[in-house]
Amino acid sequence: MGRTLETRPHYHFKPWNVGRWVLWGLFAVVLTVAPLLWSSGFALTMLSQMGIAIIACLAYNILLGQGGMLSFGHAVYTGLGSFLAIHTLNMVADGRLALPVSLIPLAGAAGGLFFAALLGYVTTKKAGTTFAMITLGIGELVWSMSLMIPEFFGGEGGISGNRVVGAPVLGISFGPQLQVYYLIAVYCFISTALMFALTRTPLGRMLNAVRDNPERVEFVGYNTQRVRYIAFMISGLFSGIAGGLAAINFELVTAEVVGAGRSGAYLLFVFLGGATFFFGPIIGAVLMVVALVLLSELTQAWLLYLGLVFVFMVMYAPGGISSLIMMNLRVAAFGKLRPLLGSYLALVGTAATILVGAGAMIEMVYHLQLNEALGPELQFMGATLNARGFDSWFGAGFVLLVGVSLFELVRRQFARQWGITQEEIEREIKRREAAL
Amino acid sequence: MDQLLINVLNGVSAGLLLFMLSSGLTLIFSMMGVLNFAHASFYMLGAYFAYSLARAVGFWPALVLAPLLVGVLGALFERTALRRVHKFGHVPELLITFGLSFVILELVKLVWGLSSMNFPPPELLQGPAFTVMQSDAHGLGLAWGAAPADRCTSTADAVMHCSTFPATRFFMMVMALFMLVSLWLLLTRTRIGLVIQAALTHPEAVEALGHNVPRVFMLVFGSGCALAALAGVIGGVTFVTEPSMATIVGSIIFVVVVVGGMGSLAGAFVASILIGLLQTLPLTVDKSLVHLAGNLGWAVAPGDLAYPLMKITLAQAAPILPYLLLVLILIFRPKGLLGTREG
Repeated sequence: MGRTLETRPHYHFKPWNVGRWVLWGLFAVVLTVAPLLWSSGFALTMLSQMGIAIIACLAYNILLGQGGMLSFGHAVYTGLGSFLAIHTLNMVADGRLALPVSLIPLAGAAGGLFFAALLGYVTTKKAGTTFAMITLGIGELVWSMSLMIPEFFGGEGGISGNRVVGAPVLGISFGPQLQVYYLIAVYCFISTALMFALTRTPLGRMLNAVRDNPERVEFVGYNTQRVRYIAFMISGLFSGIAGGLAAINFELVTAEVVGAGRSGAYLLFVFLGGATFFFGPIIGAVLMVVALVLLSELTQAWLLYLGLVFVFMVMYAPGGISSLIMMNLRVAAFGKLRPLLGSYLALVGTAATILVGAGAMIEMVYHLQLNEALGPELQFMGATLNARGFDSWFGAGFVLLVGVSLFELVRRQFARQWGITQEEIEREIKRREAAL
Repeated sequence: MDQLLINVLNGVSAGLLLFMLSSGLTLIFSMMGVLNFAHASFYMLGAYFAYSLARAVGFWPALVLAPLLVGVLGALFERTALRRVHKFGHVPELLITFGLSFVILELVKLVWGLSSMNFPPPELLQGPAFTVMQSDAHGLGLAWGAAPADRCTSTADAVMHCSTFPATRFFMMVMALFMLVSLWLLLTRTRIGLVIQAALTHPEAVEALGHNVPRVFMLVFGSGCALAALAGVIGGVTFVTEPSMATIVGSIIFVVVVVGGMGSLAGAFVASILIGLLQTLPLTVDKSLVHLAGNLGWAVAPGDLAYPLMKITLAQAAPILPYLLLVLILIFRPKGLLGTREG
């Protein structure tokens, strides 16, 4: 890498990357200011969970996005990190170990690294779909073990701890949630920066190469298996940090944290956020907490909606939300976003119509299935629906039908418009290149 | 002795059920390179469809109709969704089936509810298929159906003991073997089988000869799902029809496919039987490493550091044995038992 740069004859001028500094500065400001803007207890717990989820999702994306390794068992590393952290916390509380609470996530990191080194040796022997299946198997293995060894995993009740131990340092006791949030925020910022730095190192670049063309990497003389293994361990390390922070945040670790459900959630939301860009998983993490906390309160059918959104995302936008953002930023950079806005509005409007129609039907079925005893009436978006009545079903079906047909019309129009815009941009790029 | 025989048979029947599932998975994988994460979901769908159909038209028609229906659904999914992401590569293909497994699970919960279904086997399959009789006087004996009572009760001069093998499990074995043979005949003796085999290795050449390879893919995917559904119908009456039935077998069949060797049908068969036995046989052994160490003259007391790990009995450890086998296979024979491809 370095050599190719040196052999190039000129162009040593390297401008200060203002945009990057602004973005990182903004990230730090958001992390600092967020709890001041949303200061309620509920918002604070959500923000704390988001910080943890950001680290976990970014760590997962080292595998999925940067290494092309689809893991179905990532919760193993966050979860085992959590367990080691809570055990460390309890040892500190017993006085068997002298360690400030703020460093306990590092115990989680050590745990994550250790288990990633141990299990990753087996999993990273393969890539692609085999890797996916092996991680699934390892995940199941650890999950079953967690039920078998209650001494370490705490059985049904899990292992609880108390984060307020020792004398307060500089008045910080980690009793109030706000102090825990800032601990998480600091770890989140440092971990994010480190993981971003990783993408700029030769190792990070080799990891991308292993993802894109392993055969060629082998020919160049690298051992793809070793590159995957190192990346896996780094991912395990950061996952362990997230797990350790979660242990401090909740003060309770149950066997659920190593379960397949948690692993599936990481995969799902990292993909939704977008694995192709570094910041994609951050969006995914925020969505994950919002979905797990808010959406699950709102409707019982949220997993169904989530699954459907995921399937459509894979089909129509495999780059996730971040790629949608970047595509539109490109359009905006060429000043062609304005004509598309009308179509976007129409798309959103018709999609919302579909959602209302389909949502009403799904909610009625769920109501019949689960809350039969409460009678056939249910509230949906301020309207009272009768799950046994014909008119409610007819109304919902009608709304759905109208939504689908309008959406299809708008979608066709939009697809045409989008194609034209992209062509114009391509031509513009060519023209600029020719002008240079 | 009789109990051991029954246990082995239980293990083999469990293994054959796994083979019914993993054969479809392997077929789809070796042909399209798609690892169908939702395979176990189609298995569950088969059980639920059969449950609803059995109430309307009876069990035997449902045994045929439910797999057909699921096969059509699978083909439809391949046609509308999977084919579209095919151009993005294998990981999105895996992801979309992962999403599908979510959706199917939620839809099943939505339509049939969270509790387990009362899905009894039909008249013919209730009760034991045969009984193994053991007695001091007559040695080992076998009787179809339930054994006569006088052969099972101990008398003054002979200790007698009987073990029964359920008819549903017997049916499971018969169906799986029937399926194995017909699948083999289909793949090696028919025209469509030859096209499928050719499309496994040389899709372009097959296409150049005028065969519609995407349609063959759709057919294979649909049939794989139908096979899973057939296993689901049988599994549904033998075990419990409930929303968690997909996750119970889901990860095991992936272990089967990796242990047997990716894309090897024969390997899938061997691995299925092996894992079926591995899941069943240890359940009867209530001994742990503590016992073993005790027999070797090393007493492990509850206070020792290794005690929590060593006190786990083999019966308790049974659920993790397949996964341990997976890890061992990956370390010592990464391409699987009968696999040919490395990578």
